[in-house]
Formats: sequence, C-alpha cells, structure tokens
Amino acid sequence: MSLSKELGTEVGAGTAPLLEARDLRKTYAGRVVLDGLSLTVERHDVVCLIGSSGSGKSTLLRCLDLLEPIDDGVVRLDGREVSDPRVDPREVRRRIGMVFQAYNLFPHLDVLTNCTLAQTKVHGTAPAQARATAMALLERFGLADKAGARPDALSGGQQQRVALVRALCTGPELLLLDEITAALDPELVGEVLDIVRAQAEAGTTMVLATHEMGFAREVATRVCFLDGGRILEQGTPEQVFGDPQQPRTREFLARVL
Amino acid sequence: MSGAAVSEPATPAAADQAGWVKSERQREREAVAARQRLIRGLIATAVTVVVGAAVVTGLLLAPGWDRVQEYFLSWPDARDSFGAIGEGFLINIGIFLVAEPCVLVLGTLVAVTRQTVSPWLAPLRLLAVVYTDLLRGVPTILVVALCAIGIPALNLAGVTTSLFWLTTLALVLCYGAYVAEVIRAGILGVHPTQRASAEALALSRSQTMRHVVLPQAFRRVVPPLMNDLVSLQKDTALISAVGVFEALRAAQDYQGYHFNGTSVLVAAGYFLVVAVPLTRLTDWLLRREIRREHGR
Repeated sequence: MSLSKELGTEVGAGTAPLLEARDLRKTYAGRVVLDGLSLTVERHDVVCLIGSSGSGKSTLLRCLDLLEPIDDGVVRLDGREVSDPRVDPREVRRRIGMVFQAYNLFPHLDVLTNCTLAQTKVHGTAPAQARATAMALLERFGLADKAGARPDALSGGQQQRVALVRALCTGPELLLLDEITAALDPELVGEVLDIVRAQAEAGTTMVLATHEMGFAREVATRVCFLDGGRILEQGTPEQVFGDPQQPRTREFLARVL
Repeated sequence: MSGAAVSEPATPAAADQAGWVKSERQREREAVAARQRLIRGLIATAVTVVVGAAVVTGLLLAPGWDRVQEYFLSWPDARDSFGAIGEGFLINIGIFLVAEPCVLVLGTLVAVTRQTVSPWLAPLRLLAVVYTDLLRGVPTILVVALCAIGIPALNLAGVTTSLFWLTTLALVLCYGAYVAEVIRAGILGVHPTQRASAEALALSRSQTMRHVVLPQAFRRVVPPLMNDLVSLQKDTALISAVGVFEALRAAQDYQGYHFNGTSVLVAAGYFLVVAVPLTRLTDWLLRREIRREHGR
C-alpha cells in the first residue's frame, strides 16, 4: 500500500491535481443537489467545505468517493477520469479513506478487526502486519485498550476515533471526512479533531465537510462555501472568514460564528 | 502530533462506592419495594393455583373423562409403546440433523443469489425467485409424496430409492424456501450505511456480503430462523405419510393394534423433549450475543 502511495505521488507530481471535479451535477428525485460544481484538490491541501444543511457538502463527498452515481460532470483522480463506468470504483476507493457522520463501524467485529478488515481483504496485507499497523495507530490515538471491545461498548468520541483509525490503516492518499463531529457531544468533539489536526499537520490531503468554523479556520488551506449546490466562494481561511465577498457568505457566517 | 492521544477518565465503580452510606429514605423505599414484590408474588401464585385447579377439575368432571383417561393415559400402554416409538424417533432425529444444516446452506445460497447483480448469474437469480415462490406455495406433504414416489418412479440410474434420503430432500426443499426468505429479510434489514462504509473501504460486493452484511443479517434473524427449524423438527413426522416407520407412524401402528391412543401422547412427548430445550438454548445464545455486543 505504501508502494501505490509513492507511485501515485511520483506519477502525479507537478502534473495533475490529486483530485479534480468538473461541473458535477447530482439530483435526487428531480431535486438538484449539485449544480455544476467544480473543485480542485492539490496534494497536501486541507479543503474545508462549509455551508448550511442541504447545500450539497455530503453529496459532494459521496460523489467524489463514487458512492453515488453523478448525473453529469467529470471526476478525475491523478488526472485520470474515474467517473467513467469502465473504471472499477474499488481502484479509486483503495486510495481514498472516508469517514462518516454516524461512524458506521461494523458492530459485529471488535475494534481491531474493524481496522484490519480492509487491509487484509482489499490490500492483501499479511494479518500480523495488519494488526501491527492497526495497533500502532490505535495506540497513537489513545485507543489501544479498546482493541478487543465491540464498537457499541464505546462512547461516540471513541467510536469516531476508531472510524478514523480504520480509514487511516490503509494509508490513503486522500481523506474525505463527512461532518465527523456533527453527532458528538461538544465535550467529545475535541478528541476527534485532535486526530484530524495531527493528520493535517502530517501533510495528509483532506476534504472535510464541517460545521466547526473555528477548526476550519485553524487547519484549512482552503475554505469553500457551498450554497445551492455550487461553490459560491472559496479562498484561504483569512479571506473567507475575514473578508467574505458574497452577501450570502456573510449572512451564513453571521449566523454560525 | 503524538499529543493527539486523549486519556480516558478512570472511574471504576469501586471508587465511586467508597464513603457512600445508604440514606434513610433509600432504606425506606427498598423496604416498601420488597413488600410490594412479596404481595405481587403471592397474588400471582394464588391466581395460577386457582386457574390450574379449575382447568383440572373441569377435565376430571367432564362426562367422558373416564374414557379419555382409559384411551390416552394408560400407563401399561405408555410403557409398552415407549421403546418402538423411541426407535422410530431416531429416524426423525436423523432426518432433522441431516436436513437442518442443508436447509441453512440452501436458504443462504438462495437468499444471497437473489442479491447478486452479475449478468452471468441472471439464470440463477430467476431460478431462485421461482424456487422460493413455488416451494412456499405447495403443502409440504405434497412435496414429500412427490419426492418419495415420483423420483423412484423415474427409474433414473444412480439415484437413490431410499425413503430416508428422498423425504429428507423434500423437507430440505420446502424449508430451504422459507429460510431463504427469512435470511433475505435479514440481508435487506442491514442498514445501507453499513454497506456504504464497507464499499468506502474498497471491499468488493461479495466481500461486503460475506464479512459485513451476512454476519449482521444472521444475528437479526435468529428468532424467526429458530421458529422455522423447530417447525422442521416437527414436520419430520410428515414422512409417515409415505410409510417411513418413524415416531408418529410407530405410535399410530401401536394405536391401531392395541386400540389405545396413549402411544400418540408418548410420540408427542418425544418431540417436545427435543423442541423445548432447543428453543431455550437459542434464546440463551442470542441473549449472550447481544450482551457481548453492548457490554464488555
């Protein structure tokens, strides 16, 4: 898995952006959720998607991971179009880690097995090696003593940290985080964001939908304000939070800040 | 970066208990609760005894009770028929033990087949749908008769004529269809987000089914599945219709020969002795599994 990561970095270096979405369109039962949205993610970018509920943040992330078929537009990974039906979505997802708002851990497997499943079944890692990788990450994020526990026996914050570890175990080149703190008590948000901050500092490329404006301002290299299925405004955190250009952005920020 | 580890507050129960003395009010409440429990227990016992006595008295005072007792509750007949029915019951047990794993495997295969999307498997999907519709719609006893009489009549070389295997096949076919639908309901009941997160980890469809969906589906359907398996265990008696000398047939044989029906009750007893512990066992297994998932 480290091999593919290095290859990916070399092939793409200096040429195409890691991830690129052009004119994405997505409708649910006639309702337009993404309306010609375009987004470019360079390596080591931390892109924060902000915007009110229903602005298309989650749908965009699901489309980027090919979990939802798009109605129009193009998604490119490393310059290669992956929205082509002939591309096996698994090839794309092998390189991308995704974490959901509701954790979505597998309740019938203990924490360690949750973290080793994709390594052994998808990436062909030897079980001992997979366990070592998972244990090292669990240890780093203070979860080593929970390795044998079932997810339902953990707190929400612990579950979401495990979900992050599960996504990180396969060394993804890109992390997609879908409002991962939205279901947590304010007290537990910090322990989850600590992991994301550590990953951001380590240079992991990330796209995250979030309602934590303070956190977005702190870690983002770029902030995108979504409204009505488009990116209405984007820029550095200083630009978007400090000097928003669009009236709609100012209105949104006034409500949430 | 390594500072991301978050320490858990250590609150073992013992530490909280130290220095706590039960309040006067709590002791009063517990005394009242104990008294209420005692009264409820007494009422429950009294009602049960009264209703039980009424039922027994009603039976004993029925005008035909003497004849019923003579015909169904004759100790010498119970003793004499016990051995022969027991021998027959071994056949029921044998069929059940062979059929049960076959039913589970067949039901799972059919249920999983219906969830596949590969174009190559289209004929199998069609077959699975036709099979479940057909076999659930036909009375089991007809399938038993068709298999036990129809298959040997075909005179196929190499196909068994053993009634044991033919009737087992019939029961497997019938119950496989029911069990397939139960398992399919379990598969459809697993939340779509589970599938999404398995797919996000790049698991293939079959890996998702095998490692994520099926294990959770099985856990959900254990109670209805047990229902079907206990029913299968009872329906092994249907094979008496084609002349297999199992428990019910042995009991009827005794009944016809000695003009006494006690043997039928003896056969009922044999079936109960297997069915009741089986349901208790699965209840216990299920509760243990639920505890494991939530507790620890």
